[in-house]
Amino acid sequence: MNHWLTAPILIPLFGGMLQVFMGYAPISLRRTLALTTTVLLLAASVVLLALADDGSYRAYAFGNWQPPFGIVLVLDRLAALMLVMTSVLALFCHLYSIGGADEGNRQFRALFLFQLLGLNIAFLTGDLFNLFVAFEVLLIASYGLLMHGGGTTRTVPGLHYVVLNLIGSAIFLISVGMIYSVTGTLNMADLAAKMANVSDENIHIVKAGGMMLLVVFGLKAAILPLCFWLPRAYAKATAPVAALFAVMTKVGIYAILRVYSLVFGDQAGELAGLGMDWLFPLALITLAMGGMGALGSESLKTLVAWQVIISVGTLLAAMSLGSVEGTSAALFYLLNTTWVVGGLFLVADLISRQRGTATDKIVTAPRMRNRTFLSVLFLIGAVAAAGLPPLSGFFAKLLILQSVTPGPQMAWLWSVILIGGFFSLIAYSRAGSIVFWRNVEGHIEDPGKLSSTVSVAAGALVALSIVIVVLAGPISRYTDATAAQLHDSNAYIGILQTPMVGEDE
Amino acid sequence: MELAFALAIGALTASGVYLLLRARTFPVVVGLTLLSYGVNLFLFSSGRLVTGGQPIIGSTAAYSDPLPQALVLTAIVIGFAMTAFVVVLALRNLADNDDDHVDGRQSGTDSKQDSAEEVTGK
Repeated sequence: MNHWLTAPILIPLFGGMLQVFMGYAPISLRRTLALTTTVLLLAASVVLLALADDGSYRAYAFGNWQPPFGIVLVLDRLAALMLVMTSVLALFCHLYSIGGADEGNRQFRALFLFQLLGLNIAFLTGDLFNLFVAFEVLLIASYGLLMHGGGTTRTVPGLHYVVLNLIGSAIFLISVGMIYSVTGTLNMADLAAKMANVSDENIHIVKAGGMMLLVVFGLKAAILPLCFWLPRAYAKATAPVAALFAVMTKVGIYAILRVYSLVFGDQAGELAGLGMDWLFPLALITLAMGGMGALGSESLKTLVAWQVIISVGTLLAAMSLGSVEGTSAALFYLLNTTWVVGGLFLVADLISRQRGTATDKIVTAPRMRNRTFLSVLFLIGAVAAAGLPPLSGFFAKLLILQSVTPGPQMAWLWSVILIGGFFSLIAYSRAGSIVFWRNVEGHIEDPGKLSSTVSVAAGALVALSIVIVVLAGPISRYTDATAAQLHDSNAYIGILQTPMVGEDE
Repeated sequence: MELAFALAIGALTASGVYLLLRARTFPVVVGLTLLSYGVNLFLFSSGRLVTGGQPIIGSTAAYSDPLPQALVLTAIVIGFAMTAFVVVLALRNLADNDDDHVDGRQSGTDSKQDSAEEVTGK
């Protein structure tokens, strides 16, 4: 029992509660406290990453209840990777929001921290129902964040988002009920152990439950038939919120990866690999759809929102190959795409602030201030997102392309990823050349100087793609180890034997 | 009892789904509520239906499974909060758009917003 495991949950919880009760304190104090909370969270996540890197599973049983009877937190390489990825993104989003986006709502910082709380519970939990609770925590915070920023443009996308996710929660509960009624447990390790022994008359209930679970996670991850809410909602959200939401679709992907590699993994007998044959074609169609959406977008933020969908398709296509190499490549791509897409949302917002009434629409407008700086940021982000050398997107896509074994799957994956990459390249070039190069004569009201906090936040997130290239060796070693650990579900089942406090003497 | 229970869940879910597909926010909110009632009953039944059983082993001959009851309690609390939120959001939608259509305004009249914001700067 290692109490560090609760740190990524307790830090944003207490930080957020502090923000709730300090709603009327001076804004500089609240900003400092919230930023400190995010920095502490990053530090805790890095400590956990170092802990998890030895390849063992660490379980934390709440109330010292032996799993499967109590709720457990489980730390492994995947959970630690997701924690670090989220807290790095959150830190820069937070820094950006201090540049002015957090004004107008006293509870913005509290909601932001509660969102992180929900994300961290989702990454750490080892219990299916607890995963539902984590989803609800992060969703209710995200509803508030999505509406942040005033104006009437966010109401309709927000309403769609909330109603869709409430239906998703209902389906989640139904599938949890179906699985529980047969297996009598919701602990993921225990579920994985019991899957092989499900009797023939009950197997269809579990199958139905498992497939409905895939629908829920697919809604969160925005797979094709369930992705149409995303571009409007993300494009209308305030920039730091949209950037933080870059990780929201990844929670769905994390849940798919966790549940389907563990519960319906190789040991599950007849239920092994449930739903994975659906995932591959759906992922490729999602990717193609994302490419088309990117080509047709009218504003930079919509373009980046469609990039989120492209990355979801790419990730799931690589994951659904079911090989260790595919999962490892997907995890490498995950790091790259989350940070870069987050950074691009921030850059799009910076551009939109400098262009007067043209905002971020892809139309000709008078020349903006700080054009060189912003265009360089956009260029780096676009190159990394479209997957051109020399930035990280290229290496991530290369790993994905290499991971597939020759066969019809390879033909589909290569053609869709490469053509999709080409289309997103066209979309970015078109957007960039219209926004930065085709200027008309005219005058823009002086938008004021670009403050250093927002420039640093947006620049740092985009520049992380260079850092990923520099550290590509260690990162890919880590993702390889993570994928190998994920595919060995018997080790995860071992957490059921975790000694409780007081038993090990 | 099983038949009555199953029929109740089915009726609640079917009417919930029907109302969810309506174009006005009020039926959608009512539909969400009915759907969550159906789901809660379903979740409750996943621990098997027992009459006169207590959720404590040894207190009665047949005991009932306590875990689904705990799950339902959690789901009710969360569902209640979410319903409250969606009601507020639906009111906000009505206030912002002068219409309680789920898309803000009915199709055919929505070109007004886009053409209103033209690129100026000249």
